[in-house]
Amino acid sequence: MNFSGLIGNFGPLTITGLAQGAIIALFALGYTLVYGVLRLINFAHSEVFLLGTYACLILWGLFGLDQNSATPSGFVVLVYLLMGLVAAIIASGITALMVELVAYRPLRRRNAPPLAFLITAIGASLAISESVGVVTKRNVRGVPPLVVQKDLFVVGNMHVTNLQVLIIVLALASMFILDRFINQSRLGRGIRAVAQSPDSAALMGVNKGRVISLVFLLGGLMAGIAAVMYDLKIGVTRFDAGFLLGIEAFTAAVMGGIGNLRGALLGGLLLGVLQNYAAGLFGTEWLHAVAFVLLVLILLIRPTGLLGESLGRARA
Amino acid sequence: MRQVLARAIGGVAVLGLIAGATACNKPTTSGGGSTGGNSKCGYELAFFGALTGPSANLGINIEQGYELAIEQYNQKNGANCIAVKKFDTQGSEAVAPGVARNLVADKKVIGVLGPPFSGETAASGPIFEAASIPFVTPSATRVSLSANGWKTFHRAVGNDDSQGPAAAAYIKNVMKPSKAFVADDQSAYGAGLADIVKKTLGSTVVGTDKTEGEGRQTDFSGLVQKVVQSQATVFFYGGYYTNGGLIRKQLTSAGWKGTLVGGDGMKDPGLSKASGNAAAKGTVVTCPCSPPEAAGGTFVKDYKAKWNVDAGTYSDVAFDVANLFLQGIDQGNTAPDKMNTYLSTVTYKGIANTYKFTDKGELDPQYIKVWAFVFDATGNTKADQEIKKA
Repeated sequence: MNFSGLIGNFGPLTITGLAQGAIIALFALGYTLVYGVLRLINFAHSEVFLLGTYACLILWGLFGLDQNSATPSGFVVLVYLLMGLVAAIIASGITALMVELVAYRPLRRRNAPPLAFLITAIGASLAISESVGVVTKRNVRGVPPLVVQKDLFVVGNMHVTNLQVLIIVLALASMFILDRFINQSRLGRGIRAVAQSPDSAALMGVNKGRVISLVFLLGGLMAGIAAVMYDLKIGVTRFDAGFLLGIEAFTAAVMGGIGNLRGALLGGLLLGVLQNYAAGLFGTEWLHAVAFVLLVLILLIRPTGLLGESLGRARA
Repeated sequence: MRQVLARAIGGVAVLGLIAGATACNKPTTSGGGSTGGNSKCGYELAFFGALTGPSANLGINIEQGYELAIEQYNQKNGANCIAVKKFDTQGSEAVAPGVARNLVADKKVIGVLGPPFSGETAASGPIFEAASIPFVTPSATRVSLSANGWKTFHRAVGNDDSQGPAAAAYIKNVMKPSKAFVADDQSAYGAGLADIVKKTLGSTVVGTDKTEGEGRQTDFSGLVQKVVQSQATVFFYGGYYTNGGLIRKQLTSAGWKGTLVGGDGMKDPGLSKASGNAAAKGTVVTCPCSPPEAAGGTFVKDYKAKWNVDAGTYSDVAFDVANLFLQGIDQGNTAPDKMNTYLSTVTYKGIANTYKFTDKGELDPQYIKVWAFVFDATGNTKADQEIKKA
């Protein structure tokens, strides 16, 4: 165990962990939203994210940008980033809706048991990921260097870069808007109503089918934002990019209390940071092992996750 | 009634699928039937390695060298004389054994070119050995592979015992850093290489780390942090090119100006694809091979003409190994056991090297060459120099 390494690098490990955690948190929202309303773990959410990572790259590719392009000037970068975000959000949103429509809705109509949903979820996930793998010949696809990392400010040995700030700010802003939307808008109220009691909500005139579509769409939008940030941070994507990150995001959702939006944020950031501390303390090879041991420990103490399980209940 | 109809349609669909699948499985080539009486013909040489998967590029290099050799042979001896048989392992030690069982079930195969990677070699070697089919790996460099007592195993390149010290010698004598960092991907290949480099460099190594295996990690910020913090100017990574490229990219983003050094597993344009050419530039990779562009004969030209790409790492060795097998067939070694005896005695001069195997199947030490290569601004590797034996 390398305590001096952890303490000496505490600042840098924290900030890189927060940036990674912010992406995980946005990704985790999709799991939490769907679970909150449907009590369903949408494993195909990792592919909703995956298609987002490709959508913005394909769009940038249309403008002739690849990993070897020069970095465009300031204003142009902003336009590209916005277009990339829109492309990823649209692709992820549509994928999420399609998954719901094709894989889940028919089962729901027939009152299939929960196990059937679980298996179609895994099936949809693998089918999409493998198809992307075949189409891309399982090669990596590089990301154009749109954001050149520069130190924004330095505290001790902690260098905070422009990209890290961009990721964290964008993630927090998206979370804030989503939180307001769920808690204050009319549609948000519908979501909370269905989460609390689908039948009563239906009796009160809430269109359950539409609420469910909306929930998938919202999760997809957030995954789209996460996808662009992932591309910028990691620099490549490939057919199984969603898999490990998906497990991490799902873990974050459970850690914070699945079904709870703020829990997903907390869980994501915590997981990102803890993984980095573990890497510093034990070596990078322990990154995943330690994170999941911690998950078990947290669940032993708080079985419903850090902030408890609720989309509608606690803060209805 | 609707349910009955649905079931009936479903049943027909399933039957259709099965029928379709069996149709696909029917052999499409008939071996060397067309060449009739020629006793050299009608046999198969198999390529066994990754054609898809995260590390497929290396497998494709090898497959293309092998296919070129067979094509040239068939031009002399009649079309379809020796059949090309490709077995895709995806480079995975989990997938390889099943594919190997399919291979040994094909009784026309008298020799195997492959497997390219050490892990899949360890996993599928016992199956080839049990079936007494000789196999020659053009690129698996894990030392322990020759210690299994396999009679059918041959290695056409030097192993990590030759590559590790050479990489360390290059770092020590050519790059001369005062601080170096060493990490690996915990694969048998990567860890083996990194351990030898660590041992040889001794106190120059100021930090070490390990990562997840190839393709299983994308965020290396913990590792990057340690490398930057260690102030090392040289970072040796024992691993493959996807991880290597991602690490190089993230190191560059973090402002690290040092040089990344790796083994032959990172000698692939896939590295610069993952990192971008600018970041990859200057990365040093060693290889127990000589530069393909320096291969003798018309190989470089022929390869380019057939595949429309330049010969890659081990393409030339694969070409040599295929020709080594073909010479064996020419000399009448048309059964696996005869072929194996031939391999254990022959001294064959190919375009890339001269090949002679020891009784353990290793390349005779006097023919082992290790070269250093450097990534240039176009994302390709250029030969730098042959590394002097320590």
